[in-house]
Amino acid sequence: MNRTLLPSLIGLVIALYGLSLAIGPAWWPWRLGSEVGWAIVWELRVPRATLGLLIGGALGLSGAVLQGWLRNPLAEPGVIGVSACAGFAAVCAFYSGLAAAVTLALPLAGILGASIAVALLMSAVRSGTGTVSLLLMGVAINAIAAAAIALVLALSPNPFAYQEISLWLAGSIVDRDLSYLAIATPFLLMGGMLVLGAGRWLDALSLGEDTARSLGADTRSLGLRLTLGVGLMVGAATSVAGVIGFVGLVAPHLVRAKVGYRPGATLVPSMLMGAALVLAADIVVRLLPTAYELQLGVFTSLVGAPFLVRAVRKARAAWLAA
Amino acid sequence: MVGGMTAIAARQLLCRRDGKVILDRIGVAFAEGQLTAIVGPNGAGKTTLLRHLVGLEVPEAGTVELNGQPLAALPPAVRAWRIAYLPQAASAYWPLTGHDLVALGRLPHGADLSRPLKAADQEAVRRALERVDGAGLAGRAIDTLSQGERARLMLARTLATEAAILLADEPVASLDPAYALQAMEVLRAEAARGVVVIVVLHDLGLAARFADRIVVLANAGIVADGPPGEALGSGVIDAAYGIGFRHVEVDGVMQPVAWERR
Repeated sequence: MNRTLLPSLIGLVIALYGLSLAIGPAWWPWRLGSEVGWAIVWELRVPRATLGLLIGGALGLSGAVLQGWLRNPLAEPGVIGVSACAGFAAVCAFYSGLAAAVTLALPLAGILGASIAVALLMSAVRSGTGTVSLLLMGVAINAIAAAAIALVLALSPNPFAYQEISLWLAGSIVDRDLSYLAIATPFLLMGGMLVLGAGRWLDALSLGEDTARSLGADTRSLGLRLTLGVGLMVGAATSVAGVIGFVGLVAPHLVRAKVGYRPGATLVPSMLMGAALVLAADIVVRLLPTAYELQLGVFTSLVGAPFLVRAVRKARAAWLAA
Repeated sequence: MVGGMTAIAARQLLCRRDGKVILDRIGVAFAEGQLTAIVGPNGAGKTTLLRHLVGLEVPEAGTVELNGQPLAALPPAVRAWRIAYLPQAASAYWPLTGHDLVALGRLPHGADLSRPLKAADQEAVRRALERVDGAGLAGRAIDTLSQGERARLMLARTLATEAAILLADEPVASLDPAYALQAMEVLRAEAARGVVVIVVLHDLGLAARFADRIVVLANAGIVADGPPGEALGSGVIDAAYGIGFRHVEVDGVMQPVAWERR
């Protein structure tokens, strides 16, 4: 184990969190010395930076869990359809006008959508046919959710709703107040706690499901636990921030070689790396000289997708052959 | 039957897949300190029998008993430190180091690769690596190794568990003759220490030489069960494999040689 990895990642996350508080239309707001300055810090910057920290951590951790569990370095939270289903539920909240009427309708709908996806995935896991049925169920959920979102957008009578939905789907953590943080945080923490103790069995799964079972892994209860944990994290994250892609894909790739490719040892570093990536991306979109701020999810895709191409090319043959 | 107490036994084991009977009410018991080779033609049910003995499959009828208790009633963690299993063509999905791969065999003892290993676990890993002549492979990433080197590490992973029962499905399939002999000697030594060793083998010569007992499976049933001299005799295996064998004696050990198709 690389001993400098965790301290340097923690240092990086703290530094980026600090920068996230400082940077924006008003730089170093606490230096204003006035009540306005502190209001900017507490009401705008702290919720935004904290959301970036928690959501990035949840996405990085979810990616590491899924990749270890499915034994596939290209797996991502989006793969199993939880993001898409959360997205669809939130779109419904927009379309029905519920989001405009009730402040928290959007995050609540997202969590509900994610829970439905998780329940479907759990039923696939319970049927006991393993990774293949889980992935196929994820593909089905993704396809249905994408089609349903398109349908709702097409039916939308209000052009502003259309724009609002598109922007939200692109992923952002701008203008989320403390209430968003309050509703997302318990789910993110619960999900995180569920998956963080599963590292040993992810290690065992490196040898395939049969060998893992012969080593004592209860693969069925493990599957339920991981499905629920990832569902809570991705559902809560998507409901408050939209779809922020590629973080769950890139974060594990960046740390894996440094922990000797052990899936269990990848979890915590990947969580920290995910937090650092989202905090950094959220800082960059504030600094880009665009007419209006670029959506965070658009930016992570722009940067993440080419990275993925490079990672796939560099990946050792053993990864993809498996 | 020679050897110690019965440690693991299959009773009236019935397994069907897509209507085809794979194991037809098989009853067989394995004793401590014996090396048993399970042989038979492809599709005879050797791997399926092994998987039932590990508890990876639930039989349609019949039971597997571990020290007289139904295997299915034991928690997975207990099963794991009693029975070590090396599947056919074992592989790993990540380029772990040889050391970490072998250390996975210590999971049933509570080891966690994300933390420093306890002294006892570290010692077991070192011993296991030494026994397959693999100390030099400990620091290498397994995707840089040859198939044979990986197979030796997989065997070491199984040894590292230090279980009372060791089941190996074709452990010598990808090994050159030198390492095949070494692997059989390692398994022989395990049996000498009192471990129940059950090995699926295709090489009847190795089976005749190293096994205390041979179980011949054919057509979903046991057609012969006994010491190599009997179970590998010409009448028995000729019928089981549907070919003609010749038998030669080398250093007092009878070696069956597959000779002609019928």
